[in-house]
Amino acid sequence: MELKDFIQKFAEQFEETAIELFKAETVFKNLPEWSSLTALSIIAMVDEEMEKRVTGADIRNSATIEDLYQLVLSK
Amino acid sequence: MYNPFSLEGKTILVTGASSGIGKATAIECSKMGARVIITGRNEIRLQETYNNLEKADHLMIVSDLSDDIGIKNIISQLPVLDGVVHCAGITNNLPFQFASREKLDEIMIVNFYAPVEITRQAIKTKKINKNSSIVFISSISGVFTSSVALSIYSASKGALNGLIKGLALDMAIKGIRVNSVNPGVVETNIFHSGVITDDQLEVEKKRYPLKRFGQPEEIAFAAIYLLSDASKWVTGTNLLIDGGFTLQ
Ligand SMILES: NC(=O)c1ccc[n+]([C@@H]2O[C@H](COP(=O)([O-])OP(=O)(O)OC[C@H]3O[C@@H](n4cnc5c(N)ncnc54)[C@H](OP(=O)(O)O)[C@@H]3O)[C@@H](O)[C@H]2O)c1
Repeated sequence: MELKDFIQKFAEQFEETAIELFKAETVFKNLPEWSSLTALSIIAMVDEEMEKRVTGADIRNSATIEDLYQLVLSK
Repeated sequence: MYNPFSLEGKTILVTGASSGIGKATAIECSKMGARVIITGRNEIRLQETYNNLEKADHLMIVSDLSDDIGIKNIISQLPVLDGVVHCAGITNNLPFQFASREKLDEIMIVNFYAPVEITRQAIKTKKINKNSSIVFISSISGVFTSSVALSIYSASKGALNGLIKGLALDMAIKGIRVNSVNPGVVETNIFHSGVITDDQLEVEKKRYPLKRFGQPEEIAFAAIYLLSDASKWVTGTNLLIDGGFTLQ
């Protein structure tokens, strides 16, 4: 999956945040809508779309969307 | 010594005995005098449980419960039982929109179909004595409560709850009792996938009135009560053990 598609899928897990706010360098945990449920949705999305297992700690250790994308690719 | 909770002379099958609640249940039952038949997938961890059992003459069966072969393997080796504790189970913290049929099957096969099928085949092949006791380790989720991203896990436990009531009625004629233990969060390996972080678990712990999670032995003791003659008049019930969580 390309980075731009990853960002798109990432954004789909949010209900209210404007789509323009999702960029490679977005520090996603600073988004007001970010919650533990969104984290679970991101983990499930990565499993469903990329068949990769990320953990809650992986999410915690990633600052930007691209960080997480690179971390998933490295798995 | 007077002990209404004794399991002396009873043979008890414990599934999921290679970890957590099942491991504690097997060990505690053996300490109460039972002969235990333990099953699990991971041979090394199952052997470790076996090594911790009190006295001798127990039996260990390595088997995967997610297919018919694994279940047949267990049934074919079973002696006649006086009790069963269904502890094998898995969880998945999955927001509902990701709960595909595949994910649902994964959970239902281990948490629901496997214990149902083991129970059914054991009864049909007369491997369960009159006046036995069957215990399902259910959960607070799906019976008393649920939480975010726990819909399909809750469904598997809710399904067991319905089964227990009907099964208790069907088995009453044989004097076989059927009950569940419904724990809140217990410290085991069930969260080993790391989807839920330790920080999140610490936050969750603070929501318990008794300010801690349960220990596996605290669930085993409830199973012992339900297996023993002390609970002879108890059937079709859910024994809630949750440090006060569902009071709130
Ligand atoms: N811990 C909690 O907070 C909690 C709360 C409420 C209810 N429960 C319920 O308590 C039960 C025991 O959970 P636990 O916390 O003790 O979990 P655990 O430490 O993860 O142990 C689960 C056990 O189930 C066995 N198992 C899983 N899938 C299996 C399969 N396909 N075939 C055969 N065995 C399988 C495992 O065997 P291997 O390790 O050998 O694969 C292991 O022995 C579960 O039904 C769970 O839903 C737990």
